[in-house]
Amino acid sequence: MSTTLPTPAPVSLPETDEFWAATAEGKLLLRRCDDCGIPIWYPRPFCPVCGSFRTSWSEASGRGTVYTFTVVHRSGIPGYREALPYVVAYVELAEGPRVMTNIVDCEPDEVVVGMPVRVVFHDTGKGSALYRFQPDPTATGDGS
Amino acid sequence: MTIRGKAFIAGIYEHPLREIPDRSNSQIHAEVAAGALADAGLSLSDVDAYFCDASAGFGPISMADYLGLRLTHVDSTETGGSSYVVHVGHAAEAIAAGKCQVALITLAGRPRSAAMAGRPGGGGATPDMVFEGLWGMSGAVTGYAMAATRHMHEFGTTSAQLAEVKVAASLHAQHNPNAFLQEPMTVEEVLESPMISSPLRRDDCCVVTDGGGALIVVSPEVARDLSRVSAKVLGHGETVKHADNGRLDLTYTGAVVSGPRAFEEAGVTQADIDYVSIYDSFTITVVETLEDLGFCAKGEGGRFVLDGALVAPEGRLPFNTDGGGLCNNHPSNRGGITKVIEAVRQLRGEAHPAVQVRDCTIALAHGTGGSIGSRMGSSTLILGTEDA
Repeated sequence: MSTTLPTPAPVSLPETDEFWAATAEGKLLLRRCDDCGIPIWYPRPFCPVCGSFRTSWSEASGRGTVYTFTVVHRSGIPGYREALPYVVAYVELAEGPRVMTNIVDCEPDEVVVGMPVRVVFHDTGKGSALYRFQPDPTATGDGS
Repeated sequence: MTIRGKAFIAGIYEHPLREIPDRSNSQIHAEVAAGALADAGLSLSDVDAYFCDASAGFGPISMADYLGLRLTHVDSTETGGSSYVVHVGHAAEAIAAGKCQVALITLAGRPRSAAMAGRPGGGGATPDMVFEGLWGMSGAVTGYAMAATRHMHEFGTTSAQLAEVKVAASLHAQHNPNAFLQEPMTVEEVLESPMISSPLRRDDCCVVTDGGGALIVVSPEVARDLSRVSAKVLGHGETVKHADNGRLDLTYTGAVVSGPRAFEEAGVTQADIDYVSIYDSFTITVVETLEDLGFCAKGEGGRFVLDGALVAPEGRLPFNTDGGGLCNNHPSNRGGITKVIEAVRQLRGEAHPAVQVRDCTIALAHGTGGSIGSRMGSSTLILGTEDA
């Protein structure tokens, strides 16, 4: 992509402060349930599967595949409207959760469902970074 | 109907703290929910109804998502401090009517800490909004477009099939002098309209209009004394479909829950439905909803809408004969009320003669809220003529 996407700083809630601080260090954290073991997304100190409050952080692999996507051709959002066209997607992390994000570092028309991707971090300059995903040339198979 | 003896308060919990600077409102909702359920000897998986005020997030949807609730009844009636008393009454009514069995009511807020801490967003922001507000989601279309991409990937649905939905709506709208768009369209014209958020084009989207609508719902006794023909409520269903702890599946909607409950309550099947008002914020909304309501198998919606299936009066399943949200009206960006209005017109025999379904005795109206691209409300209503 020839145009750089904006990097709006997220509003961090108390229970996601660690998550966003880790992104600034190039780490993608997943909250995981200590009782049933399932990765939790979006991050919350509560397991919506078994109801446990016993949860903790672990680092995600940062790899996944494109579950679905759209190429946005019209946008009124400052920063984004200057970057058209751009890709909004759900990436299915290797750990399971499907995470909303952008696909970057490729032409929008190169994105397909099932494409292997890996995380990159775009610093917001405010103690956090946005987790976006780029094509993963090291992946084998189509990932779908 | 009386609610006397039909419902009981089985659990209570008062949060022990009076100053909570280090948690979001959402977490506090979760904590009090767990406390009251423990008091009652129940668990979250027992809950099938949720009640909250407007401060809990996106109505009841945010907390249903946060808690992972599986719901068949929701209510976010906002009446200030009296809300939670109202909620008890509503819960009792719903239980008496068989809508739910275990209703959870929660309240949370941090006016003391939020003002002192001065955190951006304070307690008002919910995590779903934060984690999905960073990526350039440009209005509702972005999420619906991602649903369309996935539906196409899994089932081979095509843009031309989606366009058939718009074409059918436009053929109806030509008879509606109040419709925002009154010109009949062809599939080719829809496919030539500008791409907004792939694969959805301008003409896959509903119109943006001012306006509104109203309904008067009355008791059988009142209805009996009116000279005007009424439509009988036969069945209803509702739910929240959410992101399911990141395991969201964009190929179906909440209609998979609301639809069967409505059909069961009404005692009718899909074959009995003479006319449908299907929420049509986007063409993909209609295709997925028709599948989820059981008018065709999952994945067959794109093929189902071919050959004029939705075109009144002769199509297999005449839909949105006012022109729908796609061509007629989507007031205040909400199309639910117009869906019910047109269904009543059909049952009264008062739709435009060119699109009036003959012997229309049972009609279905379906509403969608939020986004099929993340989390949504869904409600299905089945109506009949007075003697249905």
